[in-house]
This record gives sequence, C-alpha cells and structure tokens, in this order.
Amino acid sequence: MATKYDWPAVEDRSLIGKRHDRVDGPEKARGDAKYSYDRNLSGMLFARLVTSPVPHGRIIGIDTSRAEKVKGYKGHVNILNPGDEIQWAGKEVLAIAADTEEHARDAAHAVAVNIEKLDHWVKEEDVKKAGEANRVKPAKDDAKGPDLAAAWEGAEVTHEGYYGLGVITHCCLEPHGQVVDWTGDDIKVYASTQAVARIPADLAKGLSRDESIGRVEAGQVEVITPYMGGGFGSKFNIDTWGIACAQLSKKTGKPVKLMLDRNEEVTVAGSRPSDYGNVKVGAKKDGTIVAYESETWSTGGIAGRGSPPLPYIFDNDEKLAQKIRHLNVSTNIGPARAWRAPNHPQAAVLTMCPLEDLAAKLDMDPVEFFKKNADLTARPEVYRYEIDKCAEMIDWKNKWRKRGDSGSGPVKRGLGMSLHTWGGRPHDSTCEVRIEPDGGVSVSMASQDLGVGTYTTLSVVAAETLGLDIPDIRINIGNSKLPISGASGGSTTVGGTTASTRRATVNALEELKGVVAESLGVEAGDLMAKDHKIFAKSDSSKSLSWADACKKLGNRTITGQGKQPDRDGGKLNDSGVGGVQMADVSVDTETGIVTINKIAAVQDVGLVVCLKQSESQVYGALIQGVAWALYEESIYDQTSGKMLNADMEFYKLSGAGDIGELEVHMVQNKYDDRGVIGIGEPPAISPGAAISNAVANAIGVRVPTLPLTPDRILAALADA
Amino acid sequence: MRNFEYLAPTQVKAAAQALSEHEGVTAVLAGGTDLLSLMKQRVANPQRVVGLRGIRELHGIAKQGGGMRIGAMATIQDLLDSKAAGAYTALMQAAKGITSPQIRAMGTVVGDLLQRPRCWYYRNGHGLLAMHEGKSMVPNGENRYHAILGNKGPAYFVSASSFAPALIALGAQVTVADAEGERQMPVKDLFRIPGAEGERENTLKPNEIVIEILVPSVSGWKTATYEVRQRRLLDWPLATASVACRMSGNNVRDARVVMGHVAPIPWRSSEAETALKSKGLSDGNAEAAGKAAVAAATPLSGNKAKVQLAGVAVKRAVMLAGGRSVV
Ligand SMILES: Cc1cc2nc3c(=O)[nH]c(=O)nc-3n(C[C@H](O)[C@H](O)[C@H](O)COP(=O)(O)OP(=O)(O)OC[C@H]3O[C@@H](n4cnc5c(N)ncnc54)[C@H](O)[C@@H]3O)c2cc1C
Repeated sequence: MATKYDWPAVEDRSLIGKRHDRVDGPEKARGDAKYSYDRNLSGMLFARLVTSPVPHGRIIGIDTSRAEKVKGYKGHVNILNPGDEIQWAGKEVLAIAADTEEHARDAAHAVAVNIEKLDHWVKEEDVKKAGEANRVKPAKDDAKGPDLAAAWEGAEVTHEGYYGLGVITHCCLEPHGQVVDWTGDDIKVYASTQAVARIPADLAKGLSRDESIGRVEAGQVEVITPYMGGGFGSKFNIDTWGIACAQLSKKTGKPVKLMLDRNEEVTVAGSRPSDYGNVKVGAKKDGTIVAYESETWSTGGIAGRGSPPLPYIFDNDEKLAQKIRHLNVSTNIGPARAWRAPNHPQAAVLTMCPLEDLAAKLDMDPVEFFKKNADLTARPEVYRYEIDKCAEMIDWKNKWRKRGDSGSGPVKRGLGMSLHTWGGRPHDSTCEVRIEPDGGVSVSMASQDLGVGTYTTLSVVAAETLGLDIPDIRINIGNSKLPISGASGGSTTVGGTTASTRRATVNALEELKGVVAESLGVEAGDLMAKDHKIFAKSDSSKSLSWADACKKLGNRTITGQGKQPDRDGGKLNDSGVGGVQMADVSVDTETGIVTINKIAAVQDVGLVVCLKQSESQVYGALIQGVAWALYEESIYDQTSGKMLNADMEFYKLSGAGDIGELEVHMVQNKYDDRGVIGIGEPPAISPGAAISNAVANAIGVRVPTLPLTPDRILAALADA
Repeated sequence: MRNFEYLAPTQVKAAAQALSEHEGVTAVLAGGTDLLSLMKQRVANPQRVVGLRGIRELHGIAKQGGGMRIGAMATIQDLLDSKAAGAYTALMQAAKGITSPQIRAMGTVVGDLLQRPRCWYYRNGHGLLAMHEGKSMVPNGENRYHAILGNKGPAYFVSASSFAPALIALGAQVTVADAEGERQMPVKDLFRIPGAEGERENTLKPNEIVIEILVPSVSGWKTATYEVRQRRLLDWPLATASVACRMSGNNVRDARVVMGHVAPIPWRSSEAETALKSKGLSDGNAEAAGKAAVAAATPLSGNKAKVQLAGVAVKRAVMLAGGRSVV
C-alpha cells in the first residue's frame, strides 16, 4: 500500500535520477573545503607517533628523557607500556607533541623504546611454510547442497587450479588522524572519519581509561568533519592516535594535530586480507555447473581472518554441491580493516576465475556460460539482463575470441568478465528539516560525506520533495551534535539518509501546507509543491510562491523529523544488488605488461538518486580495481618483518593514463520500486576477476595470482 | 629531517669550499627531489646543505663545439624544451619516460645521474648493502627490482638513473670541480659498485661538484632508449636500455649498449655490442643483441623476469635505433 513517504513516480521526478554536479565540487576545486588535515588552529601543537620497528616483541622500557629535552617539546603520552606485546612493525607505542611538526619529529626520534624481540612471521602464500612456523589454524570446513561425491561423479568436465591475491592497503588520500581542541569541558574533534556520530562515545570510552583524566562523557565531544578524504572502510574508530591526541590536548591545554604520515597510514591504518587457494569446479557438457570445492587460506594480520563467501554468487544450495575449507594464517602485519565490499573482491577472484577457466575448457563463450548458470544466483533475471547490456557496451560479440586465439604478434588482446552482489541495506538515520519564514530550507543530521556525494543526494531529495532547486537547500552534516545518523560503511548511507530526509521533508511540507491551505482556503490534501510554488491541484490559480508561502509562517520555523527505519515506512529502500563488469585488455607477451583498453560496468542499485554521483562511485571503484588487479600489493620482508613499500612510490596505484576507457551504465527505471540501495561497495568487487579473466583470454594461460605484474605474467607464459 | 645549515653560494669555488671532505657531513642540493626525501627519511643526515641554484653558470643547456653542454642545474624539463637536445634521441626518449611534471620541473639531469639507489632496504634504513647479521637481506629477500648483473655481492641494488645509460651510450663526459680546480671524466667513470657498507655507488669525492655534462655530436650515429615501464603514471622502469650505433652505410661500425635498472651501475654490455658489430639493425640482429646482453645474467630468488625484460629492452632499443616499430 502506498504511504505518503513513497518516492515520486517516475513522471513526477524533476531531480531524482537525473545528472547533477556535486554541490561541494566548487569548494573542493577552489581549496576552500577544509579537511581535517587542513585544520590549523591558533596555538596548535603537532604530535607524532613513535612506532615499533620490530614486528613482534615485548616492550622492556621506554626512555623519553632525551626527547623531553628536544627544543619545542610539550608533552607525551604512552600508548603502550613496558610489558606490553607488539604484534606488528609500525605499532603505535607513544605520541609526542611539540610546537612545530619538525620539533615533534625530532622529539619522536629521540625516544628510545627497548623491545625484546620475539619470533615473527609475515608471509602466508606458502601455507606449508606458514604451517611449519605454527601460524595456520582451520577456520571453516563446510559442505552444502547436493551430495558432493555424486556431483563429481556426474560432472562431465572439471577444472582445478590455484588462484589468489595478496594483501593490499586502503591508502586513503587523506591519512587517518584528527585535530583535537580540548577547552574546559568541551572536546572538539576534527576527525577524518566515516562515523561522525559514533566517535564521541568511542573517544569518551577510550579517554575514561586514563585515570589522570577521569570520566569523560560522550556528550562533551563534538566531532566536526564537513569533508573527508577517503576511508574505504578503515575509518570507523577513533583509534589509539585519536585518544592520544585528545590526551595531549588535555595535558597541554592546546589544540593538538596528529595526522598519520604516508608510511604509517599504509603500514598500520588498514589492510585488506589476502586469499589464496585451490579451487575445483565441475560442469555438465552443456555448461551447467554442478560442483565447487575449495581449500583456501588467507591472512588479515595477527588475528587472521575468516573465510570469504565461497562460492560467490553461484551458490544455490539446492542445485550446486559445495565444499569449502578455509585456513587462517596469523601474521605479524598491520591488522585488516573492512576494505570496500569486505571479502567480496577476493571471493569474486576465487569463483569467477576458476569458472572462466572451466568455460574455456568447455569451449563455451563466458557470456553464454554465465547466463546459462544465472539460475544458480539469487537474481537470475537481473544478471541475464546486465550481462547482455555489458556485452553490448564492450562489443563482446565482435571482440571476443576463444582463449589463446589472439593473433601472432607479441601483443595479445582479450576480454573477461565477472559478476558481483552486495547488500547495501540502509543504516539508521534521523533527520531534521527546517523551513524558515524567509523561505530557507535546511537538512541536518550527523552523517558525513566521504567524497561520495552525500551533500548532493540529500539536496536532491529535499528539493524534489519541496518543489525547489538543489541550491535552495542548505545541508548540515559532518557534526556529531546534529540528529544521529549511521556510520558510512557497507553502502548503507544513501539508503538510510535519503529515507530519513524524505520523511522529514514530507513532514515539514505537510505542516507548511496546513498554513498555506488556510490562507488559500483550500484543503491541505489538495496542495502540491512544485516549481517554487505551492498550489491547489484542483485549481492552479490558487497558488502561492514558495517565498510567500513561507512568509505566512510569521516568525515561526517549521521543523520536520524523519527517521529510518520507520514503521510507517513505505518502500523507500532495500538491499541486495547485482552488477556485471567486463574488461578488454592488451598484454605484451614479451614484457608481461598489461594495458587496459576498456572496462564496462553495469550496476543495479534500485532507485538511483543522483545519476552522476552513482556513476562516479563506479568510476572510482574501477580505477581502484585496475590498481589492485595490476599494481597494488603490500610487500613484507620476512627478515625485518617490515612492509618495504610503505610509500606511494613502490605501493603502486593506477593513474589516469593507466585505466583505459571506462564506461558505466546504471540500471534505471527497471528496479526503481525497490527504493534506494547503496552503491559504494558493489562496483569495487569485480574488477580484479574481470581483468584477470581478460588476461587469461588474451594470453591463453591463467596468471594465478593478482596483482598481474609482469613477472607473474612472464612466469605463467613460461610455464605454459 | 634533522636540522641543518643551508648555504646558497653564487660561485662554484665557494660551493666546493663549503663541502666537507668527509662522507655524509655535507650535501649538495640541486632540485632536491631525491635528497630531500632521503633527509626526511633520515637516511641522509647532512649537517650542512649547499644549494647550487644561485650559481648562474650551472644553469642552461646549449650547443657547445659540435655537441651540447648540460649545466648541473638544468632540469629535465629544460632538456625536453631544449632545441640543442633534439638530436639526442636516446636522451630525449629517456627524459620522456619521467612522466611527472613536478619531477621534470624540479629534478636536474645531473641530479638524476647522482640520485641514490631506490632499493627499499636502503630507503628503509638498512644501509646500501642491506646487511643483517653479517649477510645481505637481498638475495633471499624481496628482490624483484634488484640486480641481475654485477650482483656477485655485496651490492644488489640497481642504478636507477634513466639518463646514465643514455649518456654513456652517447659517450658523454662530466666536468667535476673541487675547491682546487676541475677535472673531466666519462660519465661511465662516475659509477662504481661499492664493496663495503659506507662506500657510495659513485666516484665523486664528498667535496666535489659536478658542474656540467658534455655530450659529443651524434652525427653519423643512430641512438635510442627503450624503457620497460609498467605504468604511465610516474614509475620506475623495470629495465631500460640505451643504444648508440655509429653507422657505416647500413652496418654498425661502433655500438654502445648500456642497460639501466639491471646492476648497481649502468651496465655496458660488450656482448650485445659485439653482436651488433658489422651488422645491420634488423629485427633478428636486435633479438640477438638482446639475448647476448643478458646471457651472463645471474638472477636472484625473485627477479628472474628481469632477465627477459632487460633483453627485450635491448632488443627494442636496437629496433628503435633502426627506425622500426617495436610491437
Ligand atoms: C617517484 C619518482 C619517480 C622517478 N622516476 C624516475 C625515472 O623513471 N627515471 C629516472 O631516471 N629518474 C626518475 N626519478 C628520479 C628523478 O629524476 C631524480 O630524483 C631527479 O632527477 C634528481 O634531481 P634533483 O636535481 O632533484 O637532485 P637532488 O635531489 O637535488 O640530488 C640528488 C643527489 O645528487 C647529488 N647532487 C645533485 N647535483 C649535484 C651536483 N651538481 N654535484 C654533486 N652532487 C650533486 C645530491 O647531493 C643528491 O645526493 C624519479 C623520482 C621520483 C621521486
């Protein structure tokens, strides 16, 4: 049943689903947008971390006597203490503040941390060796679906292979960190965070453990984050450096800035777990997949990490026999954090790559093969549609050749594909909308814009609802004192915040309509807001401009509240999306260098709120995907236990010249009635598998592990 | 970075006098794209830094005699913009590989020759030889970018300069000054493989300054550089080769073949040169030169691919010199 909170029907939408420039673009382009890193408060001190050069050990002593004599030294706090164990190189031991950044660095270097070294282990691909080092534990052993032995018996074509991808890091452009300004009882935190509303409680809890500070209440803390420069899942908590920064501010009575430098950012502020393993798949001659069996292992740091969701997407429990075993390798590397679509990119590689190898063995075109097996997915009809659309975009029909059938020159061209899914259910959100007597409208909530378009989507929803334009709406987000809204993770923000905003705006408008109805002498239910006017549907001559309507409020401001979830819901959002990506690559078989010609992406997210911002999310995910498919890899040295490429010189990302042509198609007007679903994660899943499959198609052999670096490609060719 | 004293002399002599004769105490600053990052990482900790920017005679690139003079403060962008440099194909192709406008604008050609190795053990503070308990960490460590030639130890890093192979192939000289006077030497002699920790990979004395590069005329020569690069974004090549061939009709009279990123020094391959002598620059001869160039390579545990990449770089550089397209 329709409720008053439904999204407008397609013919009534003037802004939703259309292409808009992002509203915060100009400030960012001008450099006016202040990120946490840009905050420089008067009298502010700079803090640096002292970190462990040792990957595993126990702290024996911390000597700060030399540091305290360094010019400009203002104070320090211990993060760890003698007796504490260190489990990875780069672990934070202490934070130290000084009057300038240079002095803070000098002081940090003057701290002597005495650590008793213990045995360490940083490698996991060779699982046998890791086992000998006593680092491997079983994490999963699970069978599902029809009888496995019978399925293998019935399989007419089988394929078995080794696949994997290494640990990568988030490498946020704006590193983790914050400026804390503690004055009297008030603690202002300019934090680079994905969770504005969550940080106050997190910080208060952390600070309350410091006996010299005593009890701190979450209500004392105000988090201010109007802009932030990337998190990808690694910035939900205040972290040790945030607590230390606040302690230093309390101790010194000054604002303190502590932002990680690149090396620290890449080493300790988040990594994506690896995955390696042997996968066996089987099918009938007609291409129907009947069995999937895997034995995989991975590391996410010392705590290890569980199994990725295998088999991925093609996981129908009734039709497909499945056996999944996973081993957990514990390593002394920076701990894993959620990385855009946690576990899905790995699962896609470990499923789509063996399946494309199987298709090659079956002598089937992958497009036909994946379409045929779409019944094994939760949403066959969506995937079939998307596969066809994507194939058209990349010109699969004309460009695809059988594996290895790619000409005689040294440069081979190939096509590959992958499918993905994600939930993206909405998070909880509370919104307050105000309509002022002067006609001004503001939307407020403690959400955040990670650079993805929250300012723009909320403007679109409010303006659409009120019959106004995007610039008429003032968006107040990035402040924890505003009505509480969820953290931005797992593609939950757009669903949650647009729903609370829609409801709050509908409620506020209803109140305004009551005032207008009285003055026009019509029923409030007969009124409509459109084109900066409020008018009677039955008689459009009964009309007030938006400004005049608001003037009728006298000196009263309307506030509308909206919540997600809400029992009086309407269908404003949903979860569960599908996407398909295809890559067209060229591989120089003499050098092993891969060039991306094109990547095409088709993505369903229910109702698209802002087309351009949705597409931008996909572009970003593809660019990031080219990086981890071809270049990106955390390289750990077993002897020193260090990450050797903790910089942006050898920790390689993709540049504009490396990504080829990207074409994005957002599915619109097809699944709109599902409401809004998140877009952040889904497009980040498939690039690695699609590119790996394209490379296999081009050169005729599978390069088992990502990133697809020249040495790996040449080795695969040499082995063939 | 540690605190340091900064001097900005206007004369070469004053600059040389400001330098210590002891290793590591003072440093010469050109564009700073390498020195400053070493100082920030506290791998280099000079007490005094002597900037060359104020010395007018060190700037600029110009024709000189039949050849070209590159002043010590001439930047990579100056080289790309220079009319005098146009004929030196091998050099220009190397310059184009450095794709960052910032590095081009600040980095000097001489600084490129003298940049310290990019070995990640060195940059992470483990020393040029990466010694750990009396052994180098490299041969069984993370050595995908390390040396495949000249790697009998104890040095395993690679010379990172793209210009050095090109300039050596072109037969260039450098002029070096100290407080007493000047001397000239072939670019090749700037480099050496260190034999012990504390030794550098170049032969400059700590109180010497390179003031210019002199490149002879290339008339009658065909030259080219080919770099194997994974990304278009600023990146280090995986292997490079520069070749210069003096032609006699269609045949090679003299050849110089120099590889980069394969050894602790720019690696001149007499094997490849021999393979080209008295022959034409055909694809087959290019292939043979490439094979010869790496025939003696001794890869480490993780850099076998480099043998192929270096061979392909040589082959393709020869093909380019012969005016052929490479793929
Ligand atoms: C990310 C990155 C990628 C790069 N990619 C490439 C590449 O692909 N190929 C390539 O060749 N280069 C590359 N470079 C290196 C770059 O070209 C060099 O850093 C630059 O040319 C050095 O010049 P500079 O003037 O900045 O040197 P500086 O940093 O000022 O000096 C470098 C060194 O030389 C010494 N020195 C400089 N001038 C003199 C002199 N006249 N006399 C005596 N000693 C001197 C300094 O003391 C210092 O030790 C890259 C650099 C970076 C940071």
